[in-house]
Amino acid sequence: MTEVLRRYGPVLTGMILLAVALWLALLVVLPQLMMIGFSFRPSLPPSKIGGPEDVFTVKNYLTLWTNRIHLAIFLKTIWASALVTATTLAVCYPVAFYLAQVAPKRRLPLLILMLVVPFWINELLRTFSWYIILAFNGPLNAILLGLGIIDEPQRFLGGDGGVIVGMVYVYILFMVFPLYNAIESLDRNQIEAARDLGAGWPRIHRRIVLPHAKPGIAVGCIMTFMLAAGSYAVPALLGGPNSRWFTEIIYNWFFEGGNWNQGAAYAFILLVLCIGFILGAMRLFRVGLADIAK
Amino acid sequence: MTAARLRRLLTGAYLVLFFCYLFLPLGIMAAATFNSSRFPTVTPWMGFTLGWFQALWEDQRMWAALGTSLIVGAGVIALAVPLGLAAALLLDRLHSRAKTFLYALMVSPLLTPGVIVGISTLVFWREWFGVSGGLFLTVVAQSSFIAAYAMLLFSARLERFDPVLEEAALDLGASHGQVFRRITLPYLMPAILSAALLAFLQSFENYNTTLFVRGLDTTLTVYIATKVRTGLTPAVNALSLVLIALTILGAVVYEALRRREARRQAGSAVA
Repeated sequence: MTEVLRRYGPVLTGMILLAVALWLALLVVLPQLMMIGFSFRPSLPPSKIGGPEDVFTVKNYLTLWTNRIHLAIFLKTIWASALVTATTLAVCYPVAFYLAQVAPKRRLPLLILMLVVPFWINELLRTFSWYIILAFNGPLNAILLGLGIIDEPQRFLGGDGGVIVGMVYVYILFMVFPLYNAIESLDRNQIEAARDLGAGWPRIHRRIVLPHAKPGIAVGCIMTFMLAAGSYAVPALLGGPNSRWFTEIIYNWFFEGGNWNQGAAYAFILLVLCIGFILGAMRLFRVGLADIAK
Repeated sequence: MTAARLRRLLTGAYLVLFFCYLFLPLGIMAAATFNSSRFPTVTPWMGFTLGWFQALWEDQRMWAALGTSLIVGAGVIALAVPLGLAAALLLDRLHSRAKTFLYALMVSPLLTPGVIVGISTLVFWREWFGVSGGLFLTVVAQSSFIAAYAMLLFSARLERFDPVLEEAALDLGASHGQVFRRITLPYLMPAILSAALLAFLQSFENYNTTLFVRGLDTTLTVYIATKVRTGLTPAVNALSLVLIALTILGAVVYEALRRREARRQAGSAVA
């Protein structure tokens, strides 16, 4: 602290501290605490707030257990997000490995740029592109019909399948960059040495590349899972009434059910799920927080 | 030898497939803009038209939503960039556990689902200040995590900063304010520009957070989502095409600037 003061002087230090305090208190910590506190209160009309009925309760959390439909949607959100994460990892690993270790140096800038560009494009627009592909009269049905694989057009939109396919597409770039960064720092000589010593490719990947890529795998999985489980845009566009996502249930509590306390409880459950996944991945891959936010 | 060639061939094919997978959906979406079908599709092809651009141009609500997005974006730049800068300046001078703790707190909004950022902001401001959803809360909610992106950009640049410059200026009798204005701030200028650009883009494309705090205001991204769900015409594709073209232009310019900066730094390191 004295070093901050010495470097910036009292006036600047005061301004810096004030800004950081405002950000962390008013924009980050207090809202979260408020939401958690709110979730342990019953939903009451304004006249009864602060009255004898305004007591601490876990009722809002029990709702998830008693409402079997909500519970099923919550569990589906977990496994579907895990499936999205695993799929993106499997698809991206070869690409990341090629770019980081095999691709010729002079072609690399263009290839990276080709990855960066879609990454910048609005998530909602990337989702929308799959809405067109999967539509009843869309190109996917046309191709499958033309090839004779199906006899009549299928409904790809409005089900879990479409949502999962869309999520893989929309969040895949959050997997490829962390993987690329991790594999890129691996010394090529290690792979050469392993080959000289007679190791086959499967073994090189298992014993050298994958262990080295662990931090990247962890970061990619954390980002992808968090984005998938917390996604509202993809299920809203590609899903339907039969493929509701947990975030849509939360939204309905707020803006259709008018029960904010209940919605806050569900939101906190989603947050706990994501924190649990982050901690689990950090333990499994033995990485720290500084490795994640880069 | 043949095994190696086969492997190279397979790798190449996989890569081509992967990039097709990335770009083909966007291409199809773009192509549907020029189809005169009332529903956006490329099959069947009903004939070439530019009419959907005109329909987009005449859409008053689209222009209103664009205006809202620009206002929110400007607000986010004005709030999130200074917050991120202050945070990076503070972190740069801290050590050990205080730094680790603050850092964790600062990046936590990036690891929180966007809907939760929106919800917590909505609840907090209503309960404490009686403020309900609208432009102000949208700016506040978006800034809470965009400031973290800005902080990461500033920290990366400060890491390469030589503090001897500041010390020399202080020894020569400059005030703290002068040092900040004449040395620290000019050094950070490229990062300030990229942070502002990133903040604007993040704000412009945000959906999950905005949805909860927007009140009755509609940003362009929210407007597109509403159009897709109710009243979808290829005018939405026309809008998407324009936005994608602008994004690609921005991304290429940003990358070019970043690479030039990196080359210049590599050059000065050698010299």
